[in-house]
Amino acid sequence: MIPRGQAVGFWLAALALVAALASPLAGDAVPAVAARPYLLAAIVAAALLFALAPRWPTLSAIFGTAASALGCAVTLNLLADSDIAGQASWGYWLLVLATWLGAALTLTRLAALQTADRTWRWLQDLTIPVLFGAFLIYLWEVAVRGFGVPPVLMPAPTSTAQRFAESLPMLGEDFVQTVLRSVLSGYVLGCGAGFVVAIIAYRFDFLKRGLLPLGNFVSALPIVGIAPIMVMWFGFDWPSKAAVVAVMCFFPMLVNTLAGLAVAGPIERDLMRSYAAPPVQTLLKLHLPAALPFIFNALKINSTLALIGAIVAEFFGTPLRGIGFRISIEVARMSLDMVWAEIALAALAGMAFYGIIALAERAMTSWHPSYRT
Amino acid sequence: MTSSALVLPRPAWRPAFIAERTPIVVVVAIIIALWYLAAILMNAAQVRDAFERDEVKYTLSDVIAGTLSAERPVVPAPHQVLENLVESVFDYPPDSPRSLLYHSWVTLSATVVGFAIGALFGIVLAVLIVHMRTLQKSLLPWIICSQMVPILAIAPIVIVVFGAIGIRGLFPKSIISAYLCFFPVTIGMVKGLSSPDPIQLDLMRTWSASKVQVFAKLRWPSSIPFLFASLKVSVTISLVGAIVAELPTGAQAGIGARLLTGSYYGQTVQIWAALVAAAIIATVLIAIIDAVARLTAWRMGASA
Repeated sequence: MIPRGQAVGFWLAALALVAALASPLAGDAVPAVAARPYLLAAIVAAALLFALAPRWPTLSAIFGTAASALGCAVTLNLLADSDIAGQASWGYWLLVLATWLGAALTLTRLAALQTADRTWRWLQDLTIPVLFGAFLIYLWEVAVRGFGVPPVLMPAPTSTAQRFAESLPMLGEDFVQTVLRSVLSGYVLGCGAGFVVAIIAYRFDFLKRGLLPLGNFVSALPIVGIAPIMVMWFGFDWPSKAAVVAVMCFFPMLVNTLAGLAVAGPIERDLMRSYAAPPVQTLLKLHLPAALPFIFNALKINSTLALIGAIVAEFFGTPLRGIGFRISIEVARMSLDMVWAEIALAALAGMAFYGIIALAERAMTSWHPSYRT
Repeated sequence: MTSSALVLPRPAWRPAFIAERTPIVVVVAIIIALWYLAAILMNAAQVRDAFERDEVKYTLSDVIAGTLSAERPVVPAPHQVLENLVESVFDYPPDSPRSLLYHSWVTLSATVVGFAIGALFGIVLAVLIVHMRTLQKSLLPWIICSQMVPILAIAPIVIVVFGAIGIRGLFPKSIISAYLCFFPVTIGMVKGLSSPDPIQLDLMRTWSASKVQVFAKLRWPSSIPFLFASLKVSVTISLVGAIVAELPTGAQAGIGARLLTGSYYGQTVQIWAALVAAAIIATVLIAIIDAVARLTAWRMGASA
């Protein structure tokens, strides 16, 4: 049996769907749902599924998902009616509310499913956030278009997606400018420099004891602020952004690599000594592999920092392309759908960047205890 | 590093304090020396050009003196930055737009308000996530995912949208700060609130403790170290958020505004001074949190 509260919730959702059938969708001129046979059928089906869901605990998640999907489809379909978009009345919102209640309960049911099988659990861990995210986007869409929020305040996700698809060449150009030129070159430069300095500092203990506290201190400073200086030094084009990115990446890399080089224990060191390994070999075969998890940690931190640095640096002046440039210029022109499209681009780039590094980490540090399950 | 048995006792005449600080002082001194060198080398061309334009005879020492006191240097010398900092802090009344104190205050207030909102929101969210399986499964992956996204990019939107509905000034900036800094708090607190061992949770159950009691007497106290660690991270992020939030509005006031006007009018020294001010604010904020953390640890009876 599923908990009584949840069962009542499902029944309420079903009841609300039925009640919405008799309620006005928008002003008087708009025919109610009862006049649209397909939608009527869909809503009745969704209400039935919600009402039956509590009966079978394991099936409830599937029933709920199907009914929520139907609810979403119906409400989105209704928005295509220009009499409803922007002036939806309480009958419409009752539908949305019922769908929301049902979907929330469905997610709860999904999360409560217990499986011993690893593949199923993996699938569950993937499905729940995806459904949750999709439902949030649906709510955003419905709220913006149902209430008729002006696009200069908040564009609907669909119009952002449309804008994204329409301006692919421009987005591609911005991607090349910001991510491939500024971020990648600065990232490689900054991480490389941090790594090399860390190796040098590791050889000279005095330097290390001086650099480590300093590096920790500087990592905590708002380094993005150097953007205007770099723009002055290196001009408007990508080298100035790369410079900002390089400086931002340098300190986390330095601090993390130094921390990583110190993790190998005395027993391992003694073993290397008993092999009569020269310092270079000890570094290559013991200290660097041991430091890899720390180095990858820095690489991950830096992947986000690098994108932020490049985008903010573009606020201080750029040639006529780049993600940050486009964001600042389109905000000024109040075309927010373009801005959201750029943000989606930045988000995708950030996740892809992070994902690649995480994959590399998995491949190179698979020996590490944190990957044992 | 090496096992403690191998460390020789330090001679009494060289206390640990000095031994620890020497490398830092030396490295800082080297950096300052390099800075001066860079100032001389990078400003030299500019100064020499100026001398040649005026057709004045000049010596090497003239050039060096010129590089260290140029009006709009490529690299300002450390003492110029310091001078500008002191001048813009002390020479103007604190409410004048030329005073750095005024700009720092504008940014600091947005930072602190945003930090407070963000930290509170982050803690509440973490408490909800720890207690609700659905949220943990559905929301937490998105919060982790959003760490990989350059969230700062949405700062201009927030400013413009709030501006369009008539909200300006401190509040939109704080929202950006709050939005940026609640992620580390949430993630740290989720980790902290679920840090008690299953054994400890079982013990609470044998005492038939209620959920509230488990939270108040076990989960919350054991999450405190995590809380302060993430607060330290997020206070800097909050400052960065406030500074960046001042950029898209054309920037009337604040450290971000100083940076922007400095870059528009080529006032290099002003930019550097604003940067130093931001660094000082960050340091002070972190030091305050550190002090509160120590005090709390001491009050809670930690040994260290």
